[in-house]
Amino acid sequence: MSHHLVETRDLSFAYPDGTPALRGINCRFVHGEAVAIVGANGAGKSTLLLHFNGLLLAQSGEVRIGELPVTAGTRAQIQRTVGYVFQDSDDQLFMPTVEEDVAFGPLNMGLPSVEVKARARAALERVGAAHLATRAPYRLSGGEKRAVAIAGVMAMLPSILVLDEPSAGLDPAARWRLIELLRSFTHTRIVATHDLELVRELCSRVLVLHEGRVEADGTPREVFADAALLARCHLAAPASAVAAPCDAAAAAQQQRT
Amino acid sequence: MHMADALLSPAVGGVMWLASGAALAASGRRLRRNADDRLVPLMGVIGAFVFAAQMINFAIPGTGSSGHLGGGLLLAILLGPHAALVVIASVLTVQALFFADGGLLALGANIFNLGVLPCFVAYPLLYRPIAGDGTSSRRVALGAAVAAIVGLQLGALGVVLQTIASGITSLPASTFLLLMLPVHLAIGLVEGLATAAIVLFVRRARPDLLQRSTGQRSLKPLLAAFGVAALLTGGALSWFAAQDPDGLEWSIEHAAGAELAAPNTATHGTLRRLQQALSFLPDYALPKARAEETPAESSWPNVDPETSLAGLVGGALTLAVVSLLGFGLRRRR
Amino acid sequence: MSRIDAALRELRSLEALAARDTPLARVDPRAKVLVTMAFIVTVVSFDRYSIAALLPLALFPMALAALGDVPAAPLARKLLAAAPFALFVGIFNPLLDRAPMLVYGDLAIAAGWVSFASILLRFALTVGAALVLVAATGMHPLCAALGRLGVPQVFTVQLLFLFRYAFVLGAEASRMTVARELRSCGRGMALAAYGPLLGHLLLRAFERAQRIHLAMLARGFDGELRSLWAMRWQGRDTLFVLAWCAYFVLVRAIDMPLAAGRLLLGAA
Repeated sequence: MSHHLVETRDLSFAYPDGTPALRGINCRFVHGEAVAIVGANGAGKSTLLLHFNGLLLAQSGEVRIGELPVTAGTRAQIQRTVGYVFQDSDDQLFMPTVEEDVAFGPLNMGLPSVEVKARARAALERVGAAHLATRAPYRLSGGEKRAVAIAGVMAMLPSILVLDEPSAGLDPAARWRLIELLRSFTHTRIVATHDLELVRELCSRVLVLHEGRVEADGTPREVFADAALLARCHLAAPASAVAAPCDAAAAAQQQRT
Repeated sequence: MHMADALLSPAVGGVMWLASGAALAASGRRLRRNADDRLVPLMGVIGAFVFAAQMINFAIPGTGSSGHLGGGLLLAILLGPHAALVVIASVLTVQALFFADGGLLALGANIFNLGVLPCFVAYPLLYRPIAGDGTSSRRVALGAAVAAIVGLQLGALGVVLQTIASGITSLPASTFLLLMLPVHLAIGLVEGLATAAIVLFVRRARPDLLQRSTGQRSLKPLLAAFGVAALLTGGALSWFAAQDPDGLEWSIEHAAGAELAAPNTATHGTLRRLQQALSFLPDYALPKARAEETPAESSWPNVDPETSLAGLVGGALTLAVVSLLGFGLRRRR
Repeated sequence: MSRIDAALRELRSLEALAARDTPLARVDPRAKVLVTMAFIVTVVSFDRYSIAALLPLALFPMALAALGDVPAAPLARKLLAAAPFALFVGIFNPLLDRAPMLVYGDLAIAAGWVSFASILLRFALTVGAALVLVAATGMHPLCAALGRLGVPQVFTVQLLFLFRYAFVLGAEASRMTVARELRSCGRGMALAAYGPLLGHLLLRAFERAQRIHLAMLARGFDGELRSLWAMRWQGRDTLFVLAWCAYFVLVRAIDMPLAAGRLLLGAA
């Protein structure tokens, strides 16, 4: 379905002080794909992500979500299709209670309050945080905040999810819960991350960014096997880079018991 | 210092609430008109910053003590006077609610003393002219110091006036002023130093952040606040001047004997002149206050032993009943 | 523990108290705000020498504390912590106002002590009532109530955001000050360090505000903050307001302890 397609063509962006962040990025993600965007700090991961839902607009080149080019005019519409989960959940959970925060998006969409409540409840249940509905955000743990942030985005029923370093700062248990949650989604998922184990568990495709350019675009297996590439981009392979997924599932099972 | 409910009368508290309320409403309207939706998170987060910053102490050079930021002036410099007033009002509200720092009735007075005065008097009339466009660090520091000192002096004066006008304290205006003003001179200096230190750092690191407060300067909130305050306090002060010179005379005589006759008349004279200058409604009297004053005057110096005893007994009884009810309710739960 | 951590802990504990479901929590927050303000005005409307006449008003904070299941000890602690200013100004009363007012046989108590006691009592009552209000209401319902009572949204939203981010910024500030302290070898913080430390905190605050704004935009923010919060004013809320206000008026009009005392002495 074309409206789940995420595409950039020769995308370039430089910050106001002149620092070039992206230099001619070309990529194409299809419906339901789980893509990882990896790279050293400053490689341009977050900057690229911000283009996918119109928070940043391309200075040259183009970004398309489905049929729609991302422009100032189409931004509002794009934001309903592309949900963005920020790196620091505290930036995202600004309402007084969890319920109110998850309802923020649907309320802004102009939905009637009955529907808003239903969506909020459903989203919280989906991420396993229904019991936190009346809690204030400052009383949540890191993992709980992350879950609620995802719920807040899910409540808008997007078809594409963009996540910026979702596993950063999470303890191992919360991290595995997150990985399983993301695995259970059918949305197109674009994840910027340092967490190469998450990449291996979740993603079928990896984009390696280096100094604003795409250095590599392949499966995790291919990318992590290329030592020269990793060295060049200041990355390191995960501990068991070529382990089979079923090994990882067993490890997860172990951790939970 | 924060005004407390315990020292306030309903009239003064009400007047100050009206004054602050008017200023807040005017500022609020102004902010809505500007329709900058970035302000919503910004004001809240910067407010949280001020709240946290007030608890960070620095060593005052030369003395052994420490000081901390109040924040009114800094907020005005960073956000402009209208947003600054709303932010400082919210910081004061949190302090009043959660830390019993100033009462809920006194909140109006505190917002006026620590918000309206720094944002709409000290900032536009002192800081901006002295600091200019902010390019000279010396002028920024000087502007911050002068504005902070004067702003806090005005705030202290406000506290004194509000306390004296309420009539709960026996402290004469002159003594109170003598206590408050020098202390707040020091506090003002500290505030100026702290504000300047932070502003200068921000100026070096992110000069663009200091541009946002430029823009049309409207003194409407200030005029609104002062207008309301003047109208009503004019009447209150005239009542006070008519009544309390006797009270002051009484307490001063009894505190220090007849030697204070001279300074007493000086205070009396000042008050009379103040009254003439301010009273729009010279015969306006706050009926409740007048009624309060009379029984007090009649009950002393005629001390009625019977009434004293009855009061004591009744008081003890009431305390017992109230406590029982309170604990009884609690236990039933 | 630094001052900031202590302050944040206070915020958390009061909010935790307010989050529980008690009979008082079910009363509409608007009713609680209105009655508390009426209470405070009543207390301060007494003349400076009232002590016994004020005592019946103590029923209000005590009853509410009971209904809201607010523990007495922390409340008392906060009262004591906040006492200084009232004490400082009040203590001048006994020094300046020496006319004898109450006479019990040979013992004559100066009017100044009476008014000082009155100040302390007022302080305890007004501050106690405010604390109970917060402990039984919580920041979010309180702001919603203020909004419905006519306070401009600019202010109530601001208050909520401040409260929300006080924890985040407070924690940052706490970490920064502890980190500095560990390298300070016992010296206090000089202005040369204060400026940059707070300056950095401020800049981070600005950047965070920017990110929050982006996060708001990403979910469709258009300048208007909408809320799901529904307050329903019920019959019991009207009863709550009317009953307490009637009581306040009664206490203000009649000096009940005096009457009771006279009655007792007359009977004896």
